[in-house]
Amino acid sequence: MEHHEFNIEGGDFTRAGYASSQVKKMLKQMGVDVAIIKRTVVAAYEAEVNVVAHAYSGAMYVDINREEVKIELRDQGPGIEDIEQAMQEGYSTASSAVREMGFGAGMGLSNMKKNADELHIESEPGKGTRVVIRMQLNATTGD
Amino acid sequence: MRVSEILQILDARIICGEHRTDYTIDVAFASDLMSDVLTLKNDHVLLITGLANMQTIRTAEMSDINCIVFARNKKASREMIALAEENDIILIECRYSMFKTCGLLYEAGVKPIF
Repeated sequence: MEHHEFNIEGGDFTRAGYASSQVKKMLKQMGVDVAIIKRTVVAAYEAEVNVVAHAYSGAMYVDINREEVKIELRDQGPGIEDIEQAMQEGYSTASSAVREMGFGAGMGLSNMKKNADELHIESEPGKGTRVVIRMQLNATTGD
Repeated sequence: MRVSEILQILDARIICGEHRTDYTIDVAFASDLMSDVLTLKNDHVLLITGLANMQTIRTAEMSDINCIVFARNKKASREMIALAEENDIILIECRYSMFKTCGLLYEAGVKPIF
């Protein structure tokens, strides 16, 4: 099992997606099926954008082997008051700055759920949020 | 439809991927909402957008979209072009509005996704 860590800066939209991009490069190198890569990185990217959009700071922790990848995002931020409500399509607390970047329409969490094999979200309001995305990979190469 | 034909129909300028004008797109999708783009499952998608920032390119990267048309004179920054180059994404700048861009391509036979 390989481990990687990437810092995510809250509010830094120029770098949002860097961590997910690194994950995509790893999966490509391992020869993972393109449809699985797309589902994985779309879920990871939505989660990464959420950290940039809502939190002060955070990180992405990636544990990967040929069979599976676990992508965990932990942030220090306002957290989510009501996760069930946040999962509803169209519900959003995003700022106008976030909307100007092409996000904040309340589709992120539901899109993550549609793409991830497993999605786990826990949050402590006023402290932060932890998101875990798990994907089966069945890679052809790598370890 | 080939990129070379898109350039001709839109009287547009290619600013990244100049050597790949034979790349072919199957369908097109127009949106400024990147979350919407991230729900697409098709391959060989042309993205038509008025949103010109780093997240437009990142979204294309994650969605395996290899060709973007920026409508209404929206300009790609140097950072955007560098990221597009790294990911083999073709960038096209067009002076027409989103509506006209879509209309001309639709008329020329480009299929929508939905």
